[in-house]
Amino acid sequence: MAAVQETVDRVRRIDVDQYRYGFETLIESDKAPKGLSEDTVRFISAKKNEPAWMLEWRLEAYRRWLTMTEPKWARVDYPKIDYQDLYYYSAPKKKEIGSLDEVDPEILKTYEKLGIPLREVEMLEGVVRPEGERRIAVDAVFDSVSVATTFQKELKAAGVIFMPISEAIREHPELVKKYLGTVVPTTDNYFATLNSAVFSDGSFVYVPPGVRCPMELSTYFRINERNTGQFERTLIIADKGAYVSYLEGCTAPQRDENQLHAAVVELVTHDDAEIKYSTVQNWYPGNSEGKGGIYNFVTKRGDCRGNNSKISWTQVETGSAITWKYPSCILRGDNSRGEFYSIAISNGHQQVDSGTKMIHLGKNTTSRIISKGIAAGVSQNTYRGLVTAHRKATGARNFTACDSLLIGDKCGAHTVPYVEAKNSSALFEHEATTSKISEDVLFYCVQRGLSQEEAVGLVVNGFVKDVLQQLPMEFAVEAQKLISISLEGSVG
Amino acid sequence: MNLVLAKTDTGRAISDIFAVARDRLPGAGKIADARRQAFESYERAGLPHRRIEDWKYTDLRVLMRDVLPLAAAPDAAALKRAEAAAKAHAVEGARRLVLVDGVFAPKLSDVGRLESGLSIRTLRDVLEADDAALHAQLLAPDNSDAMVALNSAMMTDGLVIEIADGTALTQPLHIVHIASSAQPAAMFTRSLLKLGKTAGATLVESYIAADGAKSYQVHDALVLAIGDGARLDHVRLVEDGRDAFNISSSVVTLGTRAHFNTFGMTSGAGVSRYQAVIAVAGEHSRVETNGVNLLNGRQHADSTLFLDHAVPNCSSREIFRAVVDDRAHSVFQGRIIVRPKAQKTDAKMMTRALLLSDEAEADNKPELEIFADDVTCGHGATTGALDESLLFYLRARGLSEKEAQALLIQAFVGEAIEQIANDHLREMAIATAQRWLEARA
Repeated sequence: MAAVQETVDRVRRIDVDQYRYGFETLIESDKAPKGLSEDTVRFISAKKNEPAWMLEWRLEAYRRWLTMTEPKWARVDYPKIDYQDLYYYSAPKKKEIGSLDEVDPEILKTYEKLGIPLREVEMLEGVVRPEGERRIAVDAVFDSVSVATTFQKELKAAGVIFMPISEAIREHPELVKKYLGTVVPTTDNYFATLNSAVFSDGSFVYVPPGVRCPMELSTYFRINERNTGQFERTLIIADKGAYVSYLEGCTAPQRDENQLHAAVVELVTHDDAEIKYSTVQNWYPGNSEGKGGIYNFVTKRGDCRGNNSKISWTQVETGSAITWKYPSCILRGDNSRGEFYSIAISNGHQQVDSGTKMIHLGKNTTSRIISKGIAAGVSQNTYRGLVTAHRKATGARNFTACDSLLIGDKCGAHTVPYVEAKNSSALFEHEATTSKISEDVLFYCVQRGLSQEEAVGLVVNGFVKDVLQQLPMEFAVEAQKLISISLEGSVG
Repeated sequence: MNLVLAKTDTGRAISDIFAVARDRLPGAGKIADARRQAFESYERAGLPHRRIEDWKYTDLRVLMRDVLPLAAAPDAAALKRAEAAAKAHAVEGARRLVLVDGVFAPKLSDVGRLESGLSIRTLRDVLEADDAALHAQLLAPDNSDAMVALNSAMMTDGLVIEIADGTALTQPLHIVHIASSAQPAAMFTRSLLKLGKTAGATLVESYIAADGAKSYQVHDALVLAIGDGARLDHVRLVEDGRDAFNISSSVVTLGTRAHFNTFGMTSGAGVSRYQAVIAVAGEHSRVETNGVNLLNGRQHADSTLFLDHAVPNCSSREIFRAVVDDRAHSVFQGRIIVRPKAQKTDAKMMTRALLLSDEAEADNKPELEIFADDVTCGHGATTGALDESLLFYLRARGLSEKEAQALLIQAFVGEAIEQIANDHLREMAIATAQRWLEARA
């Protein structure tokens, strides 16, 4: 079925040429010499005052990286990246800041423009907040370094550690050493290995046993400098019975050249713990001729180590020239649960190859994958997912639904699911047509007088809203604008 | 793993095989050149392994290791054993065409009194004749796949069947591949069936072993050209010996308003792979592809299907069912591509696997690649065990555990088998499934 006109108009409104965050902040920055060598790795490590073990870890990754080749299996097409033509480290000048007042006002302005509340304004002015209003602690990463982290004191009182990973390496080496690289090993893949060698900053979160993190944690990534790559590393640990919700947002200036973003995110949940990880990715997607834009090559993986633990990924992907990203869950603990909710919109010349992996290892593990891909312009939108149950994963359950909508006849939507069952009690269901989403519910609605189409719309929209409600306010508003698209005319 | 070394080793062994066999391979001039080129492309790639995406689940470097030497032409004793096997697997009322150890056996075949409009020749004769157009058609399979390339280099015999415009055959054609050699050997066959405009035919292919056949390899290829308004019903039954390999490829092209209905059932062979490329090149055409894998022991069966919708207003349906017992491994890979011009395409694919044992494995990879917006496409995939509550229902009504299972399995594979148009062939497929279930009990 062709897309309805309303949908077409809405998508046009979010066309790539109307990228709202394409401005550039003119500040002086401190950069590593162009190119990548052991010296670059040493330079970054020295800049961060890292202990010797960390440098060794990086160098090992770097040496490994030299022996690897760039993966070619994804359905994306881009000119060869010259890794020697990039800056691997760029930091705004004027370092060693004690308080927010010492942060370069230009940077603060940048975040204000982006709508990210770095100043805890109301707090400072003693404004009484309505009961139950959501507050968000933000860690802002500007090019290669974290410039500000808010609500540090409150978090400390709760026992939650939330700080730039570069600080965590110095202040909590035992935690970092114990968890870093255990979910995404340095040898994992080309981009993860590169990241391990040159990552500059990112967020570190540790939630101690039994603690429910009192507020949403958030990181806002901004690429500003020309010709730089951004390599952030995020590590989140939820100890026994802990809960944390973490959000991530990304933007970059409008430039004619492509920029590389190769991040690694590692999540660990122990017994009964839960991590909810949400992303609104809105990197600059390039102009309508496909010039410029960010290459977003990201490795995200969560490890449900403990029993009854849960990891949930929610992503709204609208930006980047090329996306190569598969947030995954390793369901190791018995009764653990993994979730992946994704809405990926591609327009112009964007190329998206995204999906998830659900690896069932423990008993009675369950997972759910809901993916909506919307392709317009001359973009290519691919869902690539793996669901696998190992021999010992008795009672594993998975439900997957991936729907795609095509707008125009020059774009493409693809689904590449891998379903591997090595255990007879594993029950896997994979659907790729809207009409097949829960026949029971549809039947119920139709029986009560709704038309088939209304019923489908109700079920699907209800679900999408559910995903959006998981996002914090400012993200939800933005995301809603991007995805309030009729799902009529979906193809699986 | 040292892939480079593995490749050279296999490469060398097969080089010898090609050198030794060369004199026995039909065709000179351009055909010989094509063989050489195909062989070079096979040598470059070697046996497919898990790093090759299309062969991810069927790693021939592990499963097959080596390509065996070309089978010797069957002697009188072998033909006798083959005859017995052919009789046991006869399809009533069909015109039988027998290939024994990769060589056409006229004495076991029924080539007399051909209907008007039907022509049957052997591949050997066609390759040695001067017919550039037919040669081009025979060389259509894409040598970028290593196993197709190997077949292109080594093809020894097969059948070239042409059905003239407007001819509707009433008698099904039955190509029987029989392995009879007691020596481990490989046979390389390729056949072509060409249907003219508005022609109609039923083609059955059986793969069987005669008494005493030992760990052989079948390397087969099939080219089907279905003309405008023509209809082909195709049934493929793999009942090879349990230590045999069956690696088959097919290339199918459809004209406008053509109809292709194909059904494949794999219950034999230790390791089998069937890869079909179906190109829908004419508008208003229909394709129905159905398959059943019935596996136990340590069998490995792989069905890989590539359906290419290049023109508007066509429809396709795939139904695939796998029943996997013991330590067997079933693989289904289905890719549907809808090209930019193929508006109003209606393509559906459903694959379901039933795991009967804790050590069984089923891998499904249903892919969609869609470049046109006004289409309805979908796929579904499920994997699971037999429904406990259904079993309980049947047990409560006095059926034994095995009987209850058999009934449910029969219904499960029935959905695919029912799609066979020819009544007699459908009964045969049901009987085969029933035998498999009885052997289980």
